[in-house]
Amino acid sequence: MFWILAIFTLGSALLMVMNKNIFHSALFMVLTFIGVAAMYVMLQADFMAAVQILVYAGAIAIFLVFGIMLTQRGNMKQTNLFAKHTAVAGLVSLALVVINAFMVWNTNWLKSTAEPPQDTVGQIADLMLGKFMVPFEVAAILLLVALLGAVIIAKGVKKTS
Amino acid sequence: MVNFALENAWLIPFLPFMAFVLIALVFKPLPKVSAFVAITCMLTSFVLAIQIGIGVFLDAERFIEEPLKHTFTWFSMSGLTIEMGTQIDPTSAMMLFVVTLVASLVQIYSLGYMHGDVGFSRFFAYLSLFAMSMLGLVIAPNLLQMFVFWELVGLCSYLLIGFWFFKYSAREAAKKAFITTRTGDFGLLLGLLLLQINFGTLDLVKLGEMIPNFTQYGLTASGLTVIAIILFLGPIGKSGQFPLHVWLPDAMEGPTPVSALIHAATMVVAGVYLVGRSLILFQTVPAAMTFVACIGAFTALFAATIAVTQVEMKKILAYSTVSQLGYMMLALGCGSLTASMFHLMTHAFFKALMFLGAGCVLHGMHNELNIWKYGGLKKYMPVTYWTFLIGCLAIAGIPPFAGFWSKDEILLVTYNMFAHGHQPIYLVLFIMAVITAGLTAFYMFRMFFICFHGELRDEHAHPHEAPPSMLIALIVLGALSIVGGLVGMPWLEHPFGYYVRLGEFEHEAPNYFIMVGSVVVACIGIFTAITIYLKKSVSHEKLAEQYKGIYTVLYNKYYIDEIYLWLIHNVLDGLGRFLWWVDITIVDGIVDGVGKSTQGLGSILRRAQTGKLQHYALVLFAGVVILVVIMAMTGTSSASSMLGGVR
Amino acid sequence: MMGNIGLEHFLIFSGTLFCIGLFGALAKRNVIAILMGLEIMLNSVNINLVAFSRYATTGDLTGQVFAIFVVAVAAAEVAVGLALIVAIYRDRMSVNVEDFDWLKW
Repeated sequence: MFWILAIFTLGSALLMVMNKNIFHSALFMVLTFIGVAAMYVMLQADFMAAVQILVYAGAIAIFLVFGIMLTQRGNMKQTNLFAKHTAVAGLVSLALVVINAFMVWNTNWLKSTAEPPQDTVGQIADLMLGKFMVPFEVAAILLLVALLGAVIIAKGVKKTS
Repeated sequence: MVNFALENAWLIPFLPFMAFVLIALVFKPLPKVSAFVAITCMLTSFVLAIQIGIGVFLDAERFIEEPLKHTFTWFSMSGLTIEMGTQIDPTSAMMLFVVTLVASLVQIYSLGYMHGDVGFSRFFAYLSLFAMSMLGLVIAPNLLQMFVFWELVGLCSYLLIGFWFFKYSAREAAKKAFITTRTGDFGLLLGLLLLQINFGTLDLVKLGEMIPNFTQYGLTASGLTVIAIILFLGPIGKSGQFPLHVWLPDAMEGPTPVSALIHAATMVVAGVYLVGRSLILFQTVPAAMTFVACIGAFTALFAATIAVTQVEMKKILAYSTVSQLGYMMLALGCGSLTASMFHLMTHAFFKALMFLGAGCVLHGMHNELNIWKYGGLKKYMPVTYWTFLIGCLAIAGIPPFAGFWSKDEILLVTYNMFAHGHQPIYLVLFIMAVITAGLTAFYMFRMFFICFHGELRDEHAHPHEAPPSMLIALIVLGALSIVGGLVGMPWLEHPFGYYVRLGEFEHEAPNYFIMVGSVVVACIGIFTAITIYLKKSVSHEKLAEQYKGIYTVLYNKYYIDEIYLWLIHNVLDGLGRFLWWVDITIVDGIVDGVGKSTQGLGSILRRAQTGKLQHYALVLFAGVVILVVIMAMTGTSSASSMLGGVR
Repeated sequence: MMGNIGLEHFLIFSGTLFCIGLFGALAKRNVIAILMGLEIMLNSVNINLVAFSRYATTGDLTGQVFAIFVVAVAAAEVAVGLALIVAIYRDRMSVNVEDFDWLKW
């Protein structure tokens, strides 16, 4: 099961990156998000999966599509081309993959053999409102600030004629 | 009185210095007062010098054993003490007498000669300054003080040669004199430094003891010879020896009293005096002494040949001075302080006399320089005529006039160096000296006959005798030129050589052969001059035509000035141009190159700032990859130290 | 390897996903595509966190809480980023990142 999901997710990510049409890229991104959500389920993190679908696939993807539509011009087919230094970037990424895989495989990870909890929501809530109370509130403020900032920046400066 | 003078010898140079300061600061607008101050101080110094002379004369042995020194420490630091002061011994006493006498006479003479000149006060100020410098040089107890006053004397010469500074030729002559003597002074300073380094002192008495034992101070004979020869460069410049003689004839641009005082009697003998004072150094290394003798003899003959063709009175006298200085150096090169100083003294008398006489002629002929415009001056200037005749007889070496005794002494010591020392070079030098004696007689009487005999060639001239202030000096010097040499007669029990000597007194037997021979040679010279210029049996124009090549070379002073000018223009200036090129191209190139390479490097490295964030991110991650690879290969401990952490 | 899916598998998976996102961020010209690559990278990090929370600290869900916060911040970041892009587009009429080189020499 893991392997199918893995290939699915990685494949959509790859297609997303390789595509020359930005709209198609956006669609493949949505697929990638869904794949990641399925991975969460495999990791017994059901709340996370729900949040992933809601926020990422639901909101952020739409947001990005909005952005594409607001800024696209002309031929849709050629909107997402590669830069001149693509080869080097590909080399660097490949190198990182290899190194990472190598290191991870050869490390002696400390694993726990306990049973994963069934009720994740409850425990998350406990942690959120208990131990991580302050980050929770700060995150709320952050979202507020981001909202305001986005509105102001996008609104632009009124040109005095 | 004598003791006062002996104890306060410093007054002798100090008084003229006071005169200089007073005239320069206070009396400059008052010419008569300035002259009065200057002459008074000079005569006082002269009186003191006579007292010192008497004191030394009465007790000569004591002064030779241990010269009377008064010194004070001028400057002292660890390892070096510099003293200034006075040293009285027979040599310096004689020099004091000569210098003060001639300086006083010249100052009295200048009352008449410089009368009405715009720079009258300035002239006396400079003369006083010069007197101070020369006197300070003469009584110096160490070589450093001598060097200080040596330079001062050079300065005064520059000031006085260029006295009429509005004349281009005078300015150029002053510069030439200063630069040429300075070239010699380079060697002098180097020699002094070497002496100080090796012996630790420049004191004359101490050096006199140390130099014969020079091996104790870590020197080799050849090293000491080199020091002596380098030191001798200074006297070559100052005393007008070949090849640095070129400034003396040009120095005639100065007023005639200046020529008489500085370039005949006193300053030019400073070089001779220096070598005389350091004669122990030259005696210790005979090779250096031979060098001095050769230069001296060569200069004597060289200058005499040039003097034969010259047509300006003062130029003839100038070359004559160079020639006689060569004689003095030759005497020193034979190791005889006596002969050299004796000739110095007599030469001061008759050369100053002749210069002052030339000044009277110029005064009377209204500054016409060419002797071919003169003629028959005998009837217009009788006093000048007779005193000048005395001078010519003295320099030609006719007994009993002064020059005979001193020149004979020089010929004697030169011959003895050959006869007793068996060095063949001294025979050559002896022959050169004898030939020069003949030439000297010839050209002096040539000048005498052309100027004073015959008929006046220039119809528009109105010659007249000089005023009394100028004639006094002539008469005094004339008298001294007659009797001054008698102190050196070899038949005396205590001749000149008893007082002025280096080492033990040796009573030399007179060599009659040389005495008679020198008189014969002089008479040949005079007779030749009579034939050509007085009786006019042989035409001098035809002779000049017949020997045209030699005549031209001699008349143009062997083209030495032209050669020097060419050398300076091509070698010195060429070197300057080359070094300028090095500076512009290489040095500036390097400095600019550093700047330009920094700029170039900057402009290359600047291209990394593309402004594109993707490039920056790419480089970042590429760096991470490289670091990780290195860490993986070298292990974690070196990796952690590479990243800055502790081991 | 096929049988037992362990921590390593998830870690390698998230690492690969990260590198794909990195490639997208480095090699694309369109600014929005770069943003998309950025989102993929954030997602891979989240997977990493949750994987550790599941396998290394099994009883303690701190990793998941952390992941939630990451999601919140990522959302804020996308909002502001897109607002910026829109503002730049309005001025320069271009979303090509190679045109935004005002920091160059």
